[in-house]
Amino acid sequence: MSPAATRRNSSEPNAAADQRIEVRKTYKLYIGGAFPRSESGRTYEVRAAGPAGRFLANAAMGSRKDARDAVVAARGAFGKWAATTAYNRGQVLYRVAELMEGRRAQFATEVAAAEGLTPARADRVVSQAIDRWVWYAGWSDKIAQILGGLNPVAGPYFNISAPEPTGVVAALAPQHSSLLGLVSVLAPIIVSGNTAVVLTSQERPLPAVTLSEVLATSDIPAGVINLITGRTAEVAPWLATHQDVNAIDLTGAANADNLSWAELERASAENLKRVLRPAGDGPGAVEPDWSRTPDLTRIKAYLETKTVWHPKGH
Amino acid sequence: MAKFEYAPAPESRAIVTIRPSYGLFIGGEFVQSTDGSRFKTINPSSEEVLAEVTEAGEADVDAAVRAARKAFDGPWGRLLGAERGKYLFRIARILAERAREFAVLETLDNGKPIKESRDVDIPLAAAHFFYHAGWADKLEHAGLSGGSGQPPKPLGVVGQIIPWNFPLLMLSWKIAPALATGNTVVLKPAETTPLSALLFAEVCQQADLPAGVVNIITGAGETGRHLIEHPGVDKVAFTGSTQVGKAIARSIAGTRKRATLELGGKAANIVFDDAPIDEAVEGIVNGIFFNQGHVCCAGSRLLVQENVAADVIMRLKRRLQTLRVGDPLDKNTDVGAINSAAQLARIRELTQVGESEGATRWSAPCTLPERGFWFAPTIFTEVSQSHRIAQEEIFGPVLSVLTFRTPQEAVAKANNTPFGLSAGIWTEKGSRILWMADHLRAGVVWANTFNRFDPTSPFGGYKESGYGREGGRHGLQAYVMTGATR
Repeated sequence: MSPAATRRNSSEPNAAADQRIEVRKTYKLYIGGAFPRSESGRTYEVRAAGPAGRFLANAAMGSRKDARDAVVAARGAFGKWAATTAYNRGQVLYRVAELMEGRRAQFATEVAAAEGLTPARADRVVSQAIDRWVWYAGWSDKIAQILGGLNPVAGPYFNISAPEPTGVVAALAPQHSSLLGLVSVLAPIIVSGNTAVVLTSQERPLPAVTLSEVLATSDIPAGVINLITGRTAEVAPWLATHQDVNAIDLTGAANADNLSWAELERASAENLKRVLRPAGDGPGAVEPDWSRTPDLTRIKAYLETKTVWHPKGH
Repeated sequence: MAKFEYAPAPESRAIVTIRPSYGLFIGGEFVQSTDGSRFKTINPSSEEVLAEVTEAGEADVDAAVRAARKAFDGPWGRLLGAERGKYLFRIARILAERAREFAVLETLDNGKPIKESRDVDIPLAAAHFFYHAGWADKLEHAGLSGGSGQPPKPLGVVGQIIPWNFPLLMLSWKIAPALATGNTVVLKPAETTPLSALLFAEVCQQADLPAGVVNIITGAGETGRHLIEHPGVDKVAFTGSTQVGKAIARSIAGTRKRATLELGGKAANIVFDDAPIDEAVEGIVNGIFFNQGHVCCAGSRLLVQENVAADVIMRLKRRLQTLRVGDPLDKNTDVGAINSAAQLARIRELTQVGESEGATRWSAPCTLPERGFWFAPTIFTEVSQSHRIAQEEIFGPVLSVLTFRTPQEAVAKANNTPFGLSAGIWTEKGSRILWMADHLRAGVVWANTFNRFDPTSPFGGYKESGYGREGGRHGLQAYVMTGATR
């Protein structure tokens, strides 16, 4: 809950008598299922949307070391998460939606403050974010049925292709859509069994941190999702050059300060990361309209196709 | 006798509240019948009366179909797929929450061992709803729209009739895909096992499912006939005997009603000499003695390669002597009660025919309870292909053993029935599994396993085992308008 939303009006009669000073939250990183501060000891001021935005919180300013710790956590969680049955993964994603629904007022308040939305609009965005988890949850045990299948090779062979997760995926979350955009980027990474390291919106990180508190009490195993707040342009290059990251989503390059997505893609070539470019034409980058129902692009971006041959004969 | 005896380990039935009598679930609430009668449902393991239920008459069926039509034309038809899916997710979650209650009720009404209702029927039913919930807003991805990219349209009101062998599971196979694709449903559970469907009606209420989307009418064959023949029904989905399936196909002929039929089987479980024999024996036992053999895809014929036949049969008999037959609520029970007196009579008749036609009968030595309907696990050896026990579905814990020498002979014998629902292959040789699978005329082929089910995996038969598939992407097709017939 943002401070301003709950502060009492001091001109109320008897205000002093029953005045209570609220307890404010420390916003931290989410790495390996724990909530560390940045190892760098740095924080930065987060303000509400608008030219004279009020102070909201000091968020942790994640560093290169934090990002590398997050990759280690994501790699450690990958094997087990990828081996979890699709049915189980679907249930785990659905559970996130259940828990978000219970905290929707808090999310709405934070999204309203971060994005400068009216309460009604913020509420709608939160609903869409919850429904987005449900949409992706339903995909877990259908991806292989849509993207895989038997290949009719000309010979006595059984030949089947099926998708598999690529591994650790780094993502630059959208800069503007602090919750719906974040969920829209995150859910398609993990639904197929990848694990994620996400740099949150630089200026609007608070809904992401609250989401991490939901994730920590959901059934998502520690390390499957790691969230880092801070300066996108500072941390993103370390993820793009990291040799144990298998894919990178550059969506958050749109509207990011001092950041060239072309540079990040070039760095990603070193270990042939799968790159999901930001939306837009040419060198520009735009943030998509997150309210639209997605297609399979994001799920497919982090999949490998495995084809198995086996002879037939008596 | 065994070195250590089992102590009784009964599951408590206190978790279930059975009402003395039940009405019909029409339009979102339980209502009294207008032209029906009443009958009793009993516990087949004790013959104790569990409850009195309604035998719906023609007017009741009409009311149910009208309620379903109203819901289809009304709120349900207008709902977005994503919101429809949320109802199915709710149902899946509630089934999981109340799983133990359903398991005990199912075991009481059906006679199946609690470990099967608890570990197979109910979890799979919940999973079926969860899987189909996800499809509700993704139908345009299912390849059913003829390339239009638009979600396919539902059919309307679906009349569904399910058997007594897996009451709640068959309900879920019917209702989940119908609702996910946007249809509304009138479902009739089997007359000997109506209680879990009536409890499911409560789940629909807890989920706030709009009135009329699911209607449950109880009754026997006559009620079912009224439902199939009702002009307001757009599609019929039936699981049961081949005989009734054919009658349904005749009944809807010349109308615009569609049908999916999941009928009988006489599956061959084929064991080659290189198979891991102990695992194969477990698979054979699971194939035919799971759920007392009341399984349409049961491996009721064992085809064993001649050079290992004696060994397999010896080990099979040894294994059958360790099966625990008795109180279905006991957590150690492997084989429960036969579902009804009528089914027991049918099993007895066919096994007597088996003996009189010259096959050799062996039944596991076990003490059967005095009350209730029981049949000891039985195998027939020296069975020939023309024997009735090699051709007809017994639907009980009775295995017919035949032998073969070559893979070609195994295929010929396996395919030599009017059915084609399932088959099993036991061999260490992968290429042989795939060659066999290519040549078996069966809708489901299990290799080195048997009786596996999953919501993502299509199920259904060739030939007189019916048509249409349930489960997976393919199962959705039965519930939507598809290009050519639109």
